Order: sequence, then C-alpha cells, then structure tokens
Amino acid sequence: MRSDRNNAAPLGLKIAAGAGLAFLHLPILLIFLYAFTTEEKSYQFPPPGYTLQWFAVTWNRPDVWAAMGLSVRVAAISTAIALVLGTLCAAAVSQTKFFGRETISLLVILPIALPGIITGIALRSAFSFAEIPFSFWTIVLGHATFCVVVVYNNAVARFRRVSGSLIEASMDLGADGFQTFRYIILPNIGTALLAGGMLAFALSFDEVIVTTFTAGQQSTLPIWMLEELVRPRQRPVTNVVAMVVVLLTFLPILGAYYLTRDGDQVAGGGK
Amino acid sequence: MTAVLFQQVSRHFGAVRAVDSVDLAIAEGEFFAMLGPSGSGKTTCLRLMAGFEQPTSGHIEIFGETAEGVPPYRRNVNTVFQDYALFPHLSILENVAYGLMVKGVAKAERLKAAEEALAMVKLPGYGTRRPGQLSGGQRQRVALARALVNRPRVLLLDEPLGALDLKLREQMQEELKSLQKSLGITFVFVTHDQGEALSMADRIAVFNDGKIQQLGTPEEVYKRPKTRFVADFVGSSNVLPPDFVAGLGFSKGYASLRPEAITLGESGPGRKHFTGRVVAASFLGAANRVTVEAAGARVAAMVPASLAVPAEGETVTFSFLADDLHQMDGAQ
Repeated sequence: MRSDRNNAAPLGLKIAAGAGLAFLHLPILLIFLYAFTTEEKSYQFPPPGYTLQWFAVTWNRPDVWAAMGLSVRVAAISTAIALVLGTLCAAAVSQTKFFGRETISLLVILPIALPGIITGIALRSAFSFAEIPFSFWTIVLGHATFCVVVVYNNAVARFRRVSGSLIEASMDLGADGFQTFRYIILPNIGTALLAGGMLAFALSFDEVIVTTFTAGQQSTLPIWMLEELVRPRQRPVTNVVAMVVVLLTFLPILGAYYLTRDGDQVAGGGK
Repeated sequence: MTAVLFQQVSRHFGAVRAVDSVDLAIAEGEFFAMLGPSGSGKTTCLRLMAGFEQPTSGHIEIFGETAEGVPPYRRNVNTVFQDYALFPHLSILENVAYGLMVKGVAKAERLKAAEEALAMVKLPGYGTRRPGQLSGGQRQRVALARALVNRPRVLLLDEPLGALDLKLREQMQEELKSLQKSLGITFVFVTHDQGEALSMADRIAVFNDGKIQQLGTPEEVYKRPKTRFVADFVGSSNVLPPDFVAGLGFSKGYASLRPEAITLGESGPGRKHFTGRVVAASFLGAANRVTVEAAGARVAAMVPASLAVPAEGETVTFSFLADDLHQMDGAQ
C-alpha cells in the first residue's frame, strides 16, 4: 500500500527480523541435515559424512511403523469425532439463541486455552476414577478435546455468515432438516470444515503432553521420538521420522490456510 | 373458499405480544396486504402462515387444514423473502429448481419447469448465472420464480419490493398484480408502504401493536379509517381533534378529513367551512399542499396548481362536504 521510501524499515530492524526468522527455522533445517549424517551416536557439526542408509533402516524398523500407524489412526478418529461434534456445537451456538449460549461457547474453547498438562492430568484422573483402562480410545478422547475446538472455531465463523433466511428458504421450499443440511448448509460450510479438520489432524498428530497422560503402553509417533532421543544407537532414524512428520503436518496446515482464505471470497460472493 | 384462517391467534415472545388475538380470513385468489409500521406484528403473522413460527394460542387453518404443528416443508405455501435468500452456491436454474429437486422430481423435468418459471418472470436464459451476478431487481424475480415453480396455493411476500428503487418498484407492482391475476394464486403481501398496499391489494389489514386496527378494501381503509392510527398511517388524512370537530357542529370526537376533500373558499349547500392562517405551502406537481392553523388544529388541504397559492401568514377560508368528514371510534 505504501511505496514511500521514508517508510522503509531501518537496517537494524531488518537484521533483527532476519535473525529472528533464522532462529525459528534453522534448527528445523539442522534436523533435516542430521537425517543424512554417517555418525549415529552424537550430533557433531559438521557431519563427518553423508549417507542415505538411515531411510532404509527406518523403513525396516517395526517400532517406527507401529508408532506411525497409531498416530495416524488416533488423528483420523479424533478428527472425525471433532468434525461431528464441532459442527453440531457451532450450529447450535450460531443459529439459535438459548440460555447459557455464551457460557457454552466459552467452555468449548477452554480446552485449547488450558495448558495441555492440565487437560492431561484432568483426563488421567477422570479415567482412573471411572476405572477406564488406558487404551487407544483414551488417547482418542484426549485428542478430541482440543480437536473439537479447532473445528468449532472454523465452523462457527462460517455459520455466522450463512444467513438464517437461507435455511428458512430451504425449509419453505419443501426440504426437511436433513435435506437442508445436505444441500444448503454443508456446501456453504464445507471448506471451513475441511480446514478445521486438517488443523485438527495436524494438532493430534504431533501432540505429546495430553498423550503421555492418556496413553498406556502404546507410543504415538511423538512419544516414540522422545523415547528414542535418550537411546545412543541409530540416532538419525529419529531425524528421518521428524522430517516425515514435518512434511506430513506442514502440507495440511498450508492447505487449510489457502482453503479458508479462498472460502472468504466464496462466501462473500453471494452478498 | 377460505385460503388462510386465523382464529384468536396470538404469538408472544416473552412479555412482547408480537401478535395479539388476531382474527383473519383470506379468501382464495385474493391479493391481501398486511400493512403496518415495523414491529406491528405483520411479519410475525406471515411467519405464522409460513410455519416458521407457531402460535402461542389460537387456531390457524390453511385451506381448511389445521396448520399448528405442521412444519414449513409440509405446507403448500411458499415465501418470497425480504432479502430474497437465494442460495449463493447454486446457479439461478438450480435455485429455481430447488423445491422440485427436494421433492424428487426428475432432473430433466425440474430443469424444464425452472426454465419456464424464469421465462414467466422475464429472465429467460439467466439460468447459468450465480445470484451474486444479478442486480437486486433480477434477484427479486428469481426469488419469485423459485417460489412459484412449486405451484403454491398461497404465496407469501415479505416486503418484496422494499430493497428496490422507486421506478423498479412501480414496475414490479404492476407485474406482481398481473401475475397474481393470471395465476389465480392467493397472494399475502407484507408492506409498510401504504401506497403499495392501496394500489395493489384487494383487501388490506392495518396492523399496530400486534392487533388488526382495520380490515377492508383500500377504499374503505383510506376513506373511512376506523381509528386515529389508521387515519395517520394510511395516506395523509387530517386527524381532527374533538374540539375542532364539535366546533363545526358534529358530535364531539376525533374525525378524519382527507386533504383532497377540502377546497379553497366557502360555497354550496351541505358544506362546512372553517377559517385559518396559512403556516406552510408546498408544491407537489399537480397540486399545492397548503397547511392552515384553525381553532387549535392543523389542517392540510390540496389546492389545485391552477389556483393561486395563498402566502404564508395569510388568512384563508376552506370548505368541505359534511359527508366527507369521517368520525372515528374511540380515542386511539
């Protein structure tokens, strides 16, 4: 917007900004670098040599596959639960007025504002109080608490823009509640749900704290990585896995970003 | 046959009586207007007919069938919404065909019907566009086509012309009227524009505070307003205070007198006259509207443009036929 030269940032500020960004992102590049090192016991710089052997080693380790499989399943099911509950909750809060609506809206968002350790401890004591044994499903429940928030936040913003008269118009033209959802509501909130779902998946995939408290003997991928760090052998395997995780979570988040941005234009086009 | 029947229908929102003991019978094929200021209950009555609201008490029938508890999608009634409520993600043709689609009409058949409906509202060939690409007037026609394609027995229109500019509004008024005549469908029309109600409707219900103040033909409502509210709201009648009315030899009470029934000068048998000082005069094209202050009341009269306009402060005499003065009930 401003092309005025006098508004250009001073050199010092530019360097500081560059240094800040480098501090944020160089460590990630280092992780990538050490995935190719020939030294397996310590991270010395520069690496003594480069090799692709760790990719093959990783591929053949059953514990990597078990952790990865568990994480994908947990993330997929938590996201699915979040999509259903988050959408229903967003619909209730944005389309109707009822006593305690604001409170419910706050309570739904709260789990993401709370430190993960609180959610983790709370869930753990609740599970042991109810004598629920730790399992795959306790991890899923723990993850769903914050996945719902992400979906809810995305959906509620979009629901507010779908005017109530669209739903009334659909009913007026003979569509029952299910048909109205299928033909009118879903197409209008679809991209928001996709974006929310992707974010939820990414959040669940690399969650550590809540998982430590709600998992039994199983390890999700991030937990497996933490355990792996204290072991001296085959360290670059962790780096290879980290690289894969970065790519797996980065792409959905990037996708979500573009989808929601696009969605604004689509939703605004009807007015 | 009675298309819509209200018996002692009330709809309360907490302490607010949006609709309060309304009785109403709309005949089949009638063009019925519900007129009133915002918050008078006219739109709530329309929503009760559409099924978006349920009455707190009372009984509603649509073509002889009880309507309470029947959801909007099971009523043979369609609505043209104030904001048109076109589906932004569907094309114009899909919008119009929507009602037939959810009823399970085959694709070829429903698209043909939608094309015909678009042609009826003079928008043939617009089917592939999106609602966002149309002007306000065109969207209004699409909303009309989308409702009419379902062949409703009653068409409800919620301030359908409110968002259009004056010229378009006059054109649409004529089109709506002729459409209603050719289709023979009962139209129920909500408006706050008295001119629109008077020119289009067969009968008008004037609403205030959730109650019907008067129900009658446009001529009745205009010439013989029952209450002060109706006289004030419909047209520009003079509402004369009791003392003024008594001073002219009528029984004491509020009365209405239309400005065009008053002529300059005193003359003739059966006429009453009064004298006042001119406080305002404005040119309206075919006539001048002259307001005088007489015996504590302000009275406006239409003076044909061919006559000289009395100057402000001048004292003039006006007269009118005694029959034109309409005495109203109560002091409302």
